[in-house]
Amino acid sequence: MLDTLKLPERHYLNNGHGFKSWLLTKDHKRIAIMYLISISVMFLLGGLFAAGVRVELLTPQGDLFLADTYNKFFTMHGVVMVFFFLIPSTPAVLGNFLIPPMIGAKDLAFPRINLLSLYIFWLGAAFFFYALFAGGVDTGWTFYTPFSSFSSNTNVIPTALGAFISGFSSILTGLNFLVTIHRMRAPGLTWFRLPLFVWAHYATSLIQVLGTPVVAITIIMVAVERMFGFGIFDPTRGGDPVLFQHLFWFYSHPAVYIMILPAMGVISEVISTFSRKTIFGYSFVAFSSLAIAVFGFIVWAHHLFVAGISTYSAMVFSFLSFSVAIPSAVKVFNWTATLYKGAISFETPMLYVYGFFGLFLIGGLTGLFLATLGVDIHVHDTYFVVAHFHYIMVGGAIMGYLGGLHFWWPKMTGRMYSEFLSRISAILVFVGFNLTFFPQFILGYMGMPRRYHAYPDEFQVLNVMSSAGAGVLGIGYLLPVIYFLWSLKKGEVAGPNPWGASGMEWQMPSPPPTENFTEQPIVHGEPYEYTPHVAREANLV
Amino acid sequence: MGSFGIPLFPEQASTFAKDVDALYLFIVATSAFFALGVSIAAVVFGVIYRRRHAGEIGARIEGNLPLELLWSVIPTMIAMVMFGWGASSYYKMRTPPAETLNVYAVGKQWMWKFQHTEGQREINELHVPVGRAVKVTITSEDVIHSLFFPSFRTKMDAIPGRYTQLWFEASKVGTYHIFCTEYCGTNHSGMIGNVVVMEPAAYQAWLSGGTTEGTLAQRGERLFGELACGTCHLDTGKGRGPSLSNIVGKPVELADGTTVTADEGYLRESIINSQAKIVKGYQPLMPAFQGLVSEDNLVALVEYVKSLSPTATATPAGTAPAAAAPPATPANAPAVGEKK
Amino acid sequence: MSNAVAHADAHGHAVHHPKLQHHFDTMQQQKEASTLGMWLFLLTEVLFFGGLFLAYMLYRMWYFDAFAEASRDLDIQLGGFNTVVLILSSLTMALGVRAAQTNERKNTVFWLILTIFLGCVFLGVKYVEYSHKFEVGHVPGPNFHSDSVWAAQQQIFFSLYFTMTGLHALHMIIGVVLMSVITWMAYKGKFDSSYYTPVEMAGLYWHFVDLVWIYLFPLLYLVERHN
Repeated sequence: MLDTLKLPERHYLNNGHGFKSWLLTKDHKRIAIMYLISISVMFLLGGLFAAGVRVELLTPQGDLFLADTYNKFFTMHGVVMVFFFLIPSTPAVLGNFLIPPMIGAKDLAFPRINLLSLYIFWLGAAFFFYALFAGGVDTGWTFYTPFSSFSSNTNVIPTALGAFISGFSSILTGLNFLVTIHRMRAPGLTWFRLPLFVWAHYATSLIQVLGTPVVAITIIMVAVERMFGFGIFDPTRGGDPVLFQHLFWFYSHPAVYIMILPAMGVISEVISTFSRKTIFGYSFVAFSSLAIAVFGFIVWAHHLFVAGISTYSAMVFSFLSFSVAIPSAVKVFNWTATLYKGAISFETPMLYVYGFFGLFLIGGLTGLFLATLGVDIHVHDTYFVVAHFHYIMVGGAIMGYLGGLHFWWPKMTGRMYSEFLSRISAILVFVGFNLTFFPQFILGYMGMPRRYHAYPDEFQVLNVMSSAGAGVLGIGYLLPVIYFLWSLKKGEVAGPNPWGASGMEWQMPSPPPTENFTEQPIVHGEPYEYTPHVAREANLV
Repeated sequence: MGSFGIPLFPEQASTFAKDVDALYLFIVATSAFFALGVSIAAVVFGVIYRRRHAGEIGARIEGNLPLELLWSVIPTMIAMVMFGWGASSYYKMRTPPAETLNVYAVGKQWMWKFQHTEGQREINELHVPVGRAVKVTITSEDVIHSLFFPSFRTKMDAIPGRYTQLWFEASKVGTYHIFCTEYCGTNHSGMIGNVVVMEPAAYQAWLSGGTTEGTLAQRGERLFGELACGTCHLDTGKGRGPSLSNIVGKPVELADGTTVTADEGYLRESIINSQAKIVKGYQPLMPAFQGLVSEDNLVALVEYVKSLSPTATATPAGTAPAAAAPPATPANAPAVGEKK
Repeated sequence: MSNAVAHADAHGHAVHHPKLQHHFDTMQQQKEASTLGMWLFLLTEVLFFGGLFLAYMLYRMWYFDAFAEASRDLDIQLGGFNTVVLILSSLTMALGVRAAQTNERKNTVFWLILTIFLGCVFLGVKYVEYSHKFEVGHVPGPNFHSDSVWAAQQQIFFSLYFTMTGLHALHMIIGVVLMSVITWMAYKGKFDSSYYTPVEMAGLYWHFVDLVWIYLFPLLYLVERHN
């Protein structure tokens, strides 16, 4: 049907060789690739900690690891996964790579700051590795005082500083995206012609810029308390340990929207492409992203419902917490309506979209249980909460991230991966995930607390199911490493637009040249327009 | 209650449990409805509208305002039902009745110490009678813990430096779990125990198995003497400190013009951090007993002062060191002018 | 999206400003991007300090007497002097930006050096204040010493005092380093009326750090001083 496709001669990957050309690059695409490698390493590390946790929990007794070791495992699992994997993931890899071409620009507004944010990420990770090799940390990723400031005798300060430093990486990424989207759109690209992926990252960047500084200063306060014996949260001097919780969650709740919004952006792009249909309710989806970002800032105290806040406060925050659920629901309905009368195909990226649907639905809906005061009193700090946030962060955010990787891999590398293996992987992830985490809802309602090294016998059956599922999930996550790496040398050449997608990034060659576009693109039409002509040319369907 | 031998729900052993479980099932049902609805629609669309040939594209449908409004408004209304039901359950769960059997719980790494007003002390085990409202006043000696009774469907954090409270009325005799549900270090998962719900007669029998120390208030009275509190806190109110008779549950006017209610939290704070709230007309002379009196002994002192106010039950502990305490709901107003 | 039908070309025209970075189309776009970026960064700084200000406000409300007494231990004259010094330095900074804008290289350097000098004076005074605190045992922690009835809560005051002013001083040090770099660049003739953005951006940062002190001073030093 088509001429044999060839890789372009000159592209961003072969434009300059050697360490210096990579470590001193200003090219957003190279920075994205370096982020990809970095966070994949961190994901593997976080996964190893999780494996430790799940293996220990096969038996009710704490008989595999010492209690302190187990406590360090779940703490470091959380720290690595939240600060060093999920927060960067989609924005730092896919956002960095795709936002300039999606808006017709040659790079982000501040390429050197982009590189700086990568260096800062590495520096933060270095602090974490120091803490790890010095013996680990056991405060839980949430660092609650006074345990973290006065009681724990592990490496709290290096870990906290590692998180603190990585926060600046996040702030700089968000700042860069905001300025880029405001100031560097191609002629004709008005706000309501932007791809929803860009809207999603705009909303995410708002959160990164406004929320992260607050957790940064909170971490500093804990650090000075621990280092110098200051007394900001110390109850024996009149300090309020619950103040820490307010300050911490003021960021950490919006942080979860940093993790999910970009993934939702991916879903919009993929579902539109594989239905060959424009997104239903474009402006509703765009405004929902902004609404989630805004409402996300006013619900933090739902993490403190049993922490001794007043009945009145609890009711206010419960009410507000329902408000943030509505825009997410609106998005899901709009995506489903996008499928109606589409022309749907089920390549791997679309399988991830379907997987996202199933898992995000459960994750989002279980949030309602937690917003409901009467139920939250019972399930707070049990495995119900653990299941809920894993459904959203892993089932939602990671499915979105992986779907995006599978969707744009041909663009980033010029190669196709094995469709067969990737479909197997997607199914293994979906099945393994449900097997791992669904039993945890039941465990939680039964009363099994989180962060427990040992548990009463009656909880064993569900724990074994959960650990078995984790094994399947692990295999599902390891497969892409194999077939992605294999594709780099042996994968079929992809061509500029293997999926027949709309979007300016698909007008570039695959892989793209360093400057993205040789001539300034000008935008005339609406996003997500499909024509039979372009559809036929898509060399995969 | 369970299926296929896998337990799904803890025992319903308190008067809250049925309501919480019903609310839970309501949310499960609604969630299942939406989750299945959307999933099935997605799968059905995927099948019916699957791409049949290479150049096929989807229909150009941009949106539908009535539909957007429908699926924004309906979920909002359902959410409001969940909120309303949850808030009302919560209010009941956090508002103890006027008459309660009072117990004190002190969490410390890594055990729960319970003290009954009759003087019994228990570690990691709590005996309560069935069919009676029990109010637990909770604090911690070190880090934040959380006291959880899954079968009663209630929990509350144990926070160092202040009192928090939970209450329940056990409805079924039996032995149920107690868990610590706020990570507190090495032996967090060992900080567990049992709550033993007994028939009233059996509970009385257990109580009279007793203790040699006397009631909690009597222990407090001994401490009061040992710490020489009476040197300043004369009954007449003309000493260096205010009188402690008949003050519990009543408003206290402070030197800065504000008014607080004398509840357990206020009493505890006044011992530990005596400068925080100076009563009007008195000087800041009282030494702070922070670090000099353990939480166990504080509980005894608080009970002793409570015993000086006949028929008063202090209301939910205020939020120290924050400003206003919650409104007081004293049981029966003590007769005016009655002094001990 | 019917797109990428590239008609205009951004390159291939003759001369562009040597300071125009290649991913921007015009100097105007570049300057607007820099300005927006710096304002966003300053917004993050507001939130950064904001957490501390929130903690301070809460504790001051709860322990007013303790805080008032501790505040009286701070040297209001040194603090006031420092306030004047910083306000003056903002003036010299603004004059420096103005000089760069009007192509006056020597004046630019002069005003920037004066700004740096005033910043260093501020830091020197802070050093004097901190040393005094060490001597009288007002550094919270195991060596804290106070005869006040409110000694415990005063530790909270001083914890916040040192964290807030320490963080501010750190920002001042960064500001001084930043200014030195800008001054050197100005001396080397890197700026003129068509390109002085770095001077302006550094100025924004400097004014921000000054503004934080203008909030810190009354909050920390002037508690109940009217008595």
